[in-house]
Amino acid sequence: MTRLELRDVRKNFGPLEVLADISLHVATGEFVSILGPSGAGKSTLFQLLTGAIQGEGEMRFDGAPLDGARFAFMPQRDALMPWRRVIDNATLGLEVQGMKRRAARQRVAPLFAEFGLAGFERAWPTELSGGMRQRAALLRTVVQQRDMLLLDEPFGALDALTRAAMQRWLERMWQSHRWTALLITHDVREAVLLSDRIYVLSARPARVVSEVAVPLPRPRTESAELAREAAAIEAGILDTLLAADPISRPSDGEMK
Amino acid sequence: MRGRDAPSPISQERGEPSAIGESRGAVQSPPLRGRSALTSALAKLAPAALAFALLLIAWELYARLGGIAPTVLPAPSRVLTQAWENRAALADNTLPTIRATLAGFACSLLAAFILSALVDFLPRLRRAMFPLLIASQTLPLVAIAPLVVLWFGFGLLPKILLVALVTFFPMIVALVEGYAATSTEISQMLAAMGAGRWRIFWLARLPSALPYFFAGLRISITYAVVGAIFAEYAGAAKGLGIYMLSAKNNFRPDLVLAAVAVSSALTLALFGLAVLVQHFAMPWERAGRDSKVEPSEGRP
Ligand SMILES: Nc1ncnc2c1ncn2[C@@H]1O[C@H](COP(=O)(O)OP(=O)(O)OP(=O)(O)O)[C@@H](O)[C@H]1O
Ligand SMILES: [Mg+2]
Repeated sequence: MTRLELRDVRKNFGPLEVLADISLHVATGEFVSILGPSGAGKSTLFQLLTGAIQGEGEMRFDGAPLDGARFAFMPQRDALMPWRRVIDNATLGLEVQGMKRRAARQRVAPLFAEFGLAGFERAWPTELSGGMRQRAALLRTVVQQRDMLLLDEPFGALDALTRAAMQRWLERMWQSHRWTALLITHDVREAVLLSDRIYVLSARPARVVSEVAVPLPRPRTESAELAREAAAIEAGILDTLLAADPISRPSDGEMK
Repeated sequence: MRGRDAPSPISQERGEPSAIGESRGAVQSPPLRGRSALTSALAKLAPAALAFALLLIAWELYARLGGIAPTVLPAPSRVLTQAWENRAALADNTLPTIRATLAGFACSLLAAFILSALVDFLPRLRRAMFPLLIASQTLPLVAIAPLVVLWFGFGLLPKILLVALVTFFPMIVALVEGYAATSTEISQMLAAMGAGRWRIFWLARLPSALPYFFAGLRISITYAVVGAIFAEYAGAAKGLGIYMLSAKNNFRPDLVLAAVAVSSALTLALFGLAVLVQHFAMPWERAGRDSKVEPSEGRP
């Protein structure tokens, strides 16, 4: 069943045309990625979805026009509050929903082990490593129990090794929870590893240049054969991206 | 899902990404806390203390050997002994100054907080008010203080007003800038969670302003004592300001300097208090600086 559906969504910032005609959909329990070059307008799309800014076009959720609090949103930088302990960062969404701090802590505490944060409940965010911060931010996002997750480059700021570990971890987490999720990334490998489908965007003004299904079984890090199939899909996407956007050559480092 | 996947080069067990994540924190040396932190703080103060002592010694020698009359330039030792002999009068005049400083500063803080919050919600108010506030900072205190005393008498009120006049501006500027320093991502995330403006102010903007608030506090608290003394100088029954004035009129520079020393000590003590309050009000600041070991103590 289709949960989120966007039709012809556009957004300009004054004279700057950022999103030109975006149409996409996400079904229940589906993990969909948006892949596009830096500055294409990916974060802008999430701002439209969360209602931070207004644009043109049609946005529907479960068939009805999109309203308010459907999404649990994880911003591009982890946005942990340095003045709150890790556990109180994790409960933030629940507190905003009106839950008492104690009840919220009780709800969140059992999840710390699964997120690799056991023992760090009372730590300050500055005491965490980059990977742990991202997991804490993700924990804060999923405990809100909203209909759908919006993840904006959750691993973009991590070193390659930590990022690879985090991707595998997220893959397993998704397998056990089956969240409906929309992930922004500009890492082709990450998109192929995690997604059921991928929307490839052009450079600004962004439009969908192709939609790629990834019909591989999970976990995708399991066998060499899967890795080969994934690599083939990656290569195809990379070609599309580079063909659509003659300016971004492989050498400018934005693409993987 | 766990356990059945073959171990990959970087992941061995459940919760494995943390093994990578934590290793950074866990290998660090034990935290610098307690005594060692204290001694290192003292060590940092040592050069300043030494310079101050040298200055006093030079002054003492100059005053004694230069043949200068103690009614013109008293030696530090004389200031000290005279301060001790007049300790009762000094203390008697210090208390009202402390009272005026703290009362004035408390009013100023409260007003700055309320007004800064209003300005945060009503940007128009900011445009209306800030020019006025800046103009208030151009008023020469020497000229204003006697007028304020003339209008409001010799009581506590004119002192409170003058202390507030000199401390209010740095405080409200610090707070307003602090609110503006809130990360837009945090605000957007809170809005997406369904938080309203007041909620966002309380959960994000106010805590974000804390470092700015304390920076402003440290600056304005040093103005506060001076403001109170100015007010007393212009007219008061008791207080360090009026004490200095009468000591000067009686040709007792030693007692003027004694009162100056007391007011400096007062300012330093208030400054230290502000630093201490910040230390306890913002524990995460220390956590970031110290080390990353502490929380891993609970781990197997
Ligand atoms: N509030 C705004 N006002 C004006 N321009 C904006 C605003 N927000 C974003 N933009 C512009 O829109 C364009 C797209 O920004 P956006 O943050 O959506 O890119 P992105 O695809 O998320 O890039 P990245 O991968 O680097 O995060 C940029 O050129 C940016 O300057
Ligand atoms: Mg972005």
